[in-house]
Amino acid sequence: MTNQMLKSLASALALGASVFATGALAKSDITIAMQLEPPHLDPTSAAAQAIDSVVYTNIFEGLTRFMGDGSVVPGLAESWEISEDGTVYTFKLHDGVTFHDGTTMDAEDVKFSLDRASAEDSANAQKALFEGIESVEVVDPLTVKVTLSEPNGNFLFNLAWGDAVIVSSDSIENIKTNPVGTGAFTFGNWVQGDSITLIRNPDYWGDQPALEAATFKFISDPTAAFAAMMAEDVDVFDNFPAPENLAQFEADPRFQVLVGSTEGETILSTNNKKPPFDDIRVRQALAHAIDRQAIIDGAMFGYGTPIGTHFAPHNPAYVDLTGTSAHDPEKAAKLLADAGYEEGFETTLHLPPPSYARRGGEIIAAQLAEVGITAEIINVEWAQWLESVFKGKDYDLTVISHTEPMDIGIYARPDYYFQYDSLDAQTLMETLNATTDPEERKKLLGDMQRLISNDFVNGYLFQLPKLGIAKAGVQGLWQNAPTAAVDLTQISWSE
Amino acid sequence: MSRNLILGAVLSSLILLAALVSFVWTPYDYAALDIPNKLQPPNAQHWFGTDHFGRDMFSMIMVGARTSIAVALVAVGIGMALGVPLGLTAAARKGSWLDEVIMRGNDLVFAFPSLVIAILITAVFGAGAINAIIAIGIFNIPVFARITRGAALSLWEREFILAARVSGKGAARISAEHILPNVANLLIVQGTIQFSLGILAEAGLSYVGLGAQPPTPSWGRMLADAQTMVSFAPHLALIPGLAIIVTVLGLNLLGDGLRDWLDPRIRVARA
Repeated sequence: MTNQMLKSLASALALGASVFATGALAKSDITIAMQLEPPHLDPTSAAAQAIDSVVYTNIFEGLTRFMGDGSVVPGLAESWEISEDGTVYTFKLHDGVTFHDGTTMDAEDVKFSLDRASAEDSANAQKALFEGIESVEVVDPLTVKVTLSEPNGNFLFNLAWGDAVIVSSDSIENIKTNPVGTGAFTFGNWVQGDSITLIRNPDYWGDQPALEAATFKFISDPTAAFAAMMAEDVDVFDNFPAPENLAQFEADPRFQVLVGSTEGETILSTNNKKPPFDDIRVRQALAHAIDRQAIIDGAMFGYGTPIGTHFAPHNPAYVDLTGTSAHDPEKAAKLLADAGYEEGFETTLHLPPPSYARRGGEIIAAQLAEVGITAEIINVEWAQWLESVFKGKDYDLTVISHTEPMDIGIYARPDYYFQYDSLDAQTLMETLNATTDPEERKKLLGDMQRLISNDFVNGYLFQLPKLGIAKAGVQGLWQNAPTAAVDLTQISWSE
Repeated sequence: MSRNLILGAVLSSLILLAALVSFVWTPYDYAALDIPNKLQPPNAQHWFGTDHFGRDMFSMIMVGARTSIAVALVAVGIGMALGVPLGLTAAARKGSWLDEVIMRGNDLVFAFPSLVIAILITAVFGAGAINAIIAIGIFNIPVFARITRGAALSLWEREFILAARVSGKGAARISAEHILPNVANLLIVQGTIQFSLGILAEAGLSYVGLGAQPPTPSWGRMLADAQTMVSFAPHLALIPGLAIIVTVLGLNLLGDGLRDWLDPRIRVARA
């Protein structure tokens, strides 16, 4: 063996030793798997939840923000004052906040962001959040005054959404491919179809996060997801797509399973304008034909909380109305007979790709068959679902999870895809939006829940669970999902 | 008769029998959900166990056989009904522009990857058994057209055809009365092979969700549904997988055996 070879061998050994040395310290990077890849990275112009999962609180921050327990806390706004009549919000911004491109974040950026979101031609997916904003004024570089046309008890909550994050006019042009925010992580790299990498922002205004880098990996196929997790190719699966595999992870000491709740009300959406579903007796019959527990057991392997209205059970204002639409096939058959459908009828059931919809839909079709309703299953891809069901309103029944937080307001929109046109609901929502007193709001929310439950607008099935899986050493993950987010600032590895 | 032929015939008739019996009897209602009894391994009550909704797998396999056979049978039927006349015409008009058009058209269809086009057809016209049949059927046409033309061409050179022409019969009559009976053996053998390919194609299409739609059971979809559960309920994938293997193996052995049995040259050699 020549000297040269010996030297290179020695250096290779030394290199190996140094790798082992760093391996002994706590890991400082993490790989998080998600099912869907974001279409782009601008949370202010698309509804795709996958965008928020990557960028919310990591790259972009808003004036307020959600915590893992659903509470709303100050974000870029240090504090605020609300005028007596509840229409003027004066936000005091954090000092020394910079965007990732080095420019300073000040009141001008807040004005730009809010004006952009509430503009007539705004591409924001949740424009309703900003509807009440009358004007945004820059008082001084760190103070901004927002005037509402009428009091809105939800305003601080609305500002916490990923759709309301603060962006800079300097970098807005390329936001979709090169997002520049104020968060603790900067955008690193995007390998289309595979992964997105974020890197710690050394100039972050708040506390430095424990992680130096994070990779979001996109694995859409449930079988591949299972294999990747089992092979420890990924450290965390944000929301695991196959509930049937959870028991295996629970039994394995290498992993921890975090079963929580999302804001996803999973419902049997019903086209309220389309006969025979314009008849409340038919809708009530649907509701009584459905056995929620069988759907939860069969489609979700037991994970999920039954709901009787369009509201998240973990919310303090939730009213348990599952009794209104309890499983009662005989009553369902009688209601159908009253409505003139003794022989039942034929209808269609559009099912988007997630397993809760495909499997849940098969079970629902079987349950409807028991009361004489023949529902033809039509499996559709997301694009087709959005086009024909959501936009085109050309459907009878569909199974879908509504994952936006506190979205009961959709029942006051008669042009929404389930086409529920109720003056009562519209007036109630108007009163609710104008109410700021927490107790009064809670009462009104209860009334709204009862109203849609008694009108049997849709079949209310279950609250979609968040099924998180992580390696045993990962700490600080959100158990619940008050909004789609993977809050990297809180995540660390145990020693 | 060869061992292959007998084994092939037994396996094929087993599946055919299951499909036929399913019209009058299955152990359980194949569509009845029984969620508390889901994912049972094979046992005395459920011979093939139950699936993730507690449905009886044995009943589903029986009805699934029906779906597979129906799709493959009609698809082969389409292929024969259109392909054979095309092949006969091309052979009768050998070298003419008609021959060229037919055979180049065949080449064109052959050139496409069949399953990909089948996916395209079902994607455009919607998923379902009918569209799967049409998609698979279209790709059977050139197979039969080619094989018919090839066999017919050599027959046209034979003396008994010359005799028929001398006696004044036209090309159409000769094709129907003399050529077709003499290529029938070949078509039966090819039909058996195409039938097994049709079963595989149906399983492939329904595996990706483009075949028969739920609640109609289909072997391919049973496999797809089983995917995430293989690690703790292997029977969910093994049983439909075995059903497909048995059917395709049976039909291939049958086709092989039939060819040996029906081919006069081999028969003479054996005698």
